[in-house]
Amino acid sequence: MSLIYPKESLSAFPKHLSPGYKSTVKRSPSKPLILMPHTLSELTGPVYGHDAIQDGDNDLTRQHAGEPLGERIIVHGHVLDEDRRPVPDSLVELWQANACGRYVHIVDQHPAPLDPNFTGAGRTVTDKNGYYKFITIKPGAYPWGNHHNAWRPNHIHFSVFGPSFLSRLVTQMYFPGDPLFPFDPIFNSVTDEKARNRMIATFDMENTVPDWALCYRFDIVVRGREKTPEDID
Amino acid sequence: MSELTPSQTVGPYYAYGLTPEGRKKWKPDEKLYRWKETTGDNLVTADATGERIRIEGIIYDGDGKPIDDAMLEIWQADAQGRYADPRNGKPIPNSSFKGHGRSATDASGLFAFDTIKPGQVPGPGGRMQAPHIVFAIFSRGMLRQVYTRLYFPDEVANAADPVLALVPADRRPTLIATRSERGGQKVYRFDIRVQGDDETVFFEI
Ligand SMILES: [Fe+3]
Repeated sequence: MSLIYPKESLSAFPKHLSPGYKSTVKRSPSKPLILMPHTLSELTGPVYGHDAIQDGDNDLTRQHAGEPLGERIIVHGHVLDEDRRPVPDSLVELWQANACGRYVHIVDQHPAPLDPNFTGAGRTVTDKNGYYKFITIKPGAYPWGNHHNAWRPNHIHFSVFGPSFLSRLVTQMYFPGDPLFPFDPIFNSVTDEKARNRMIATFDMENTVPDWALCYRFDIVVRGREKTPEDID
Repeated sequence: MSELTPSQTVGPYYAYGLTPEGRKKWKPDEKLYRWKETTGDNLVTADATGERIRIEGIIYDGDGKPIDDAMLEIWQADAQGRYADPRNGKPIPNSSFKGHGRSATDASGLFAFDTIKPGQVPGPGGRMQAPHIVFAIFSRGMLRQVYTRLYFPDEVANAADPVLALVPADRRPTLIATRSERGGQKVYRFDIRVQGDDETVFFEI
């Protein structure tokens, strides 16, 4: 096991305990984590190929009889490892609120309308260049109970499988220029500004489709380094 | 500073995106888009050899209250100790056993997996690891996943396992499931406590 994924890379992540986000207080480990070597069990991971999904799973505007209300957008990008090499055949899943900021979830009681033409879940698998693409609508901001007048900035939840089980990443994609950024403890749980900004998609004029939809680019960098099979046992 | 995209919490509303067919707290609606399930809590495939087992547990927060909106993922080898990852250059299972599962906790904080008991896999320095299952836990209130491992009781190999050896002896029991029998099936109980005196051991990996 000569090469392992550098643990220092995790400095970009939020701490488990981030008291501004109240739910972390009772849900973060209180004892120190035990440092362990990366073994075959951590350096391998599930592979979900293109047979895992079905046609249309990546177009959230075409999953019902009619089109959802709201601003149609394209969200695309690459899944990359720490050496910025593409991660091919990687399952990318997303879920989000509708244009009014309401989730199709029984726990979501925000008094904003549901959209009968919008579920808000999608998935796709990256191609050989690590590229993925979704068509969806821009999610609305929504209130939550963390503190007085708490609102989540517009965001899309992403779940990504990288090159191994320790590359597994669940994150949120934000939209540029959101006025709620300074007030959101989840966004600000990432204390490094550069790292925080990597969660913000960039507006992509070049791939904006005339008379149809704005485009946003969101590249996702997951843990993973050059390794050979001999290195991982 | 690395270039990683930071982790963020899975939040309370992941169910229809990540566990659409699972035991969840969102109400499925016939009019909703039909998913083909990719990842569920039953890992057993008809062609998988090995001992069928069930894993169950409740996950508790720092107040000892069940966490009813967690999502747990497992990653394990097949009964012959092979991971279904063609990228690692090792022999891979000759069955469709995937070794990856996902379970959402229900209102009582319970998660469950139907799977097969994994074999031994190589560890550092050529030493074999005892049979184990890697857990990644996601939840509202967790800004990044926490990792732990399930080990099996009455395994002689536990004594020589290089990862268990890193854990202080008094905390090792938190990683070892307890076995019972229900209707002829082996059930391994693996409760997880996020905080407290008997806090589960979590690993930095
Ligand atoms: Fe959300």
